[in-house]
Amino acid sequence: MPILEVENLSISFNQYTTGLKQKNIQVISSLNVTLEEGEILAVVGASGSGKSLLAHAILGILPDNATISGTIKYNGEVLTNSQQASLRGKEIALIPQSTNYLDPLMRVGNQVRTSVRTGDATLAQRAVFKRLHLKQNVEKMFPFQLSGGMARRTLLSTAIVSDAKVIIADEPTPGLDPVVIKEALSNFREFADNGCAVMLITHDIESALTIADKIAVFYAGTTVEVAPVENFTGDGEGLRHPYSKALWRALPQNEFIPIPGSQPHPSALPSGCLFAPRCIKATAACSQQQPEMRELRNGMVRCIHAT
Amino acid sequence: MRKNVGLKIGIFLLLKGLRMLTLLVAICLISFLLIKNSPIDPIQAYIGADMLKVGPEQREKIAEYWGLNEPVMVQFLNWGSALLQGDLGNSMTYRRPVADIIGERFLNSLVLMLTAWILSGMIGFIMGVVSAMKKDTWIDRMIKWYCYTLASTPTFWMGLLMLIVFAVWLGWFPIGLGVPAGVLAEDVTIADRIEHLVLPAITLSIIGVANVALHTRQKLIDVLSSDYVLFARARGERGFTLFWRHGLRNVALPAITLQFAAFSELFGGAVLAEQVFSYPGLGQATVEAGLRGDVPLLLGLVIFSTFFVFAGNLIADLIYYIVDPRTRESRML
Repeated sequence: MPILEVENLSISFNQYTTGLKQKNIQVISSLNVTLEEGEILAVVGASGSGKSLLAHAILGILPDNATISGTIKYNGEVLTNSQQASLRGKEIALIPQSTNYLDPLMRVGNQVRTSVRTGDATLAQRAVFKRLHLKQNVEKMFPFQLSGGMARRTLLSTAIVSDAKVIIADEPTPGLDPVVIKEALSNFREFADNGCAVMLITHDIESALTIADKIAVFYAGTTVEVAPVENFTGDGEGLRHPYSKALWRALPQNEFIPIPGSQPHPSALPSGCLFAPRCIKATAACSQQQPEMRELRNGMVRCIHAT
Repeated sequence: MRKNVGLKIGIFLLLKGLRMLTLLVAICLISFLLIKNSPIDPIQAYIGADMLKVGPEQREKIAEYWGLNEPVMVQFLNWGSALLQGDLGNSMTYRRPVADIIGERFLNSLVLMLTAWILSGMIGFIMGVVSAMKKDTWIDRMIKWYCYTLASTPTFWMGLLMLIVFAVWLGWFPIGLGVPAGVLAEDVTIADRIEHLVLPAITLSIIGVANVALHTRQKLIDVLSSDYVLFARARGERGFTLFWRHGLRNVALPAITLQFAAFSELFGGAVLAEQVFSYPGLGQATVEAGLRGDVPLLLGLVIFSTFFVFAGNLIADLIYYIVDPRTRESRML
C-alpha cells in the first residue's frame, strides 16, 4: 500500500487583478502521484510547473488565498487540515532549497535541535552533524556563515533528526558542485533504503535518473506521466507521453532538440489536454477535455494516443 | 577574536564621534546665523522694558562691549570659543547660567520622556505583535484603526483632551505644573511629583504607540511570510512557539532600534505636551526661550537636543552592531 497518495489535487489562487476584480488562477489541476515506502519518486518538470506547490499542499502550508480540492491520503487515510498539522515535521519532513529557509538570527545547531522529536536534542544534532561530516563548530554558526554545501547538509540534517517516514526534498541540487550533488543524492538513496519514502522535486532530470525509482513528469500543473526510471533510455521509445519524450530528447546529452512553444501560463490554460497546442500527435479529440490518468505498461499516462 | 571586536567598536565610536563633531559645528553655525538674522535684537532682548531709557550712544557702547559691531564670523568664533570652554552664557529671562537651567529642566523632562518612552515602546510592541499574529481579524483592524487615528492626532490636542477628561471632569489628576502650587519646595513629596507626571506621560505614550505598533506589525508580517517561517511551519511549529522561536528574535531588534531612533520625535512631542501641561521641562523652556528672545538659552537647548537625538541614534546603531550576529561576526562598518 502506498504511504502517500495524492488524488485529483487541484490548487487555485485567488488574486486581485485590477481594482476589486478577483481572479482565480488554477496552478495545479487534477494531479495524481503516489509514494511508496523505500522508494524515491522524482518529480521533474520545468520551472513554474507547480512542483513546489505540490510539496506545500502535502504539508498543508499553502498561503491563505489558496483553494485546494482533491484528496491526500497518508497510510490509506484521508488527511484533514489538523492531521496535516500534526504530521508536519513528525511523519512528513520537508527539505527546502536554500539557506533562506533557515532563521537568519538563530544558530544552526539550535535550529536542527528544534526538529528532534524524542531523546536528547543536542546529542542527536551532534550525531547527525558528524554523520554528514559537518565540524562541531558549525553548530555555533549563523546561516549567513555557511557555504552552500554546509547549508544543504544542515537542511538535510533537520530531516534526518526528525525521523520522518516521508521526506520531500524541494530542488535540493541547484547551485551546488557535482561532488556535493552526488553526496546529497546518495543521502536520499540512503533514506529510501532505510524504509523512508522520498519525493525528490527537481528540474535536474539527469541527477534524478541516477537515484530515483520512478519519475513523475510535470507539465503546467499536472502529471502527464509516471514512468519507471528504466524507461528513460535510448531515444525515449519506452516513454508514454509525447511531452516526456520531447523532454528527454531535448536534453543536451541526447538529441538536444527543443520543441516549439512554451508551457502555458496558469491564467491561460487550454481547455482540453494541456499539452495539445504543442503536441505533434494532437487531434480534435485532444482539445475536447483533459484526458484522465490511465495505466499503461507498468506506468501511468495522461494521453489518449499513448500506446 | 574578542580583542578584535573591541577594536572594531572603538573605531566605530571614533568615527561616530567625528560625525557628531561635524554635526555639532554645522548645527551651531546654522542656528547662530538664523538667530543673527532673526528680528530679535540682542540688546533689546537683554535690556527689555528699560529700552526707552537707553539712548543711541549707550546702545552703541553696549554693542561695542559685546562685540556686536564685529563681523558675523568673528562673533561666531567668539561665541564658539566660549562654548568650547564650557561657557554657554547666561539666560536673559532666568538670569542664571544656561547650563544650570538645562540641567535642572532636563531632569524633569528625563523622567517624563523616559516613562513615556518605555510605556509606548512596550505597549506599541505588544500591539504590533498581536496585530500581525492575528492579521485581518477584528482585533487587527481595531489596532490598525487606533494607530492610524493616533498617528494623525496632534500631541497638544491629545493633551488638552486628557486635561479636560481626567483633570477637569473627573478631577483625578492636577491640571498642570510639575509640583503642587503653593507648597514649599522641600515639602514636595515624590507622590506629588508622580501625580503631576501621569497625565503628560500618558499623553506622550498614547501618541508614541502608533509608530512602534505599525512598524512592528509590518515587520512581523514580513517575517511570518518569509521562507524560514514557512520551513518552521513545515517542521510542525505554530502559534506561540513559532512566534517565540522565530518571530520575536527577528522583530525585536528593528523595534528596539526604531524606539531609540524615535528620540527626536519624543523630544518634539515633549515640547508640545509640556507646554499644554505647563510642565517645567526642557520643552517648555525651549518654547519660552524662543518667544522671549532668550538667545543664549535657545542656542544652549539646540546644542543639547542635538546631543540627545544623536545619542539616541548612536545607541540604535550600536545595538544593531553589537546584537545582530550578521554585523557582529562578519563585516566592519
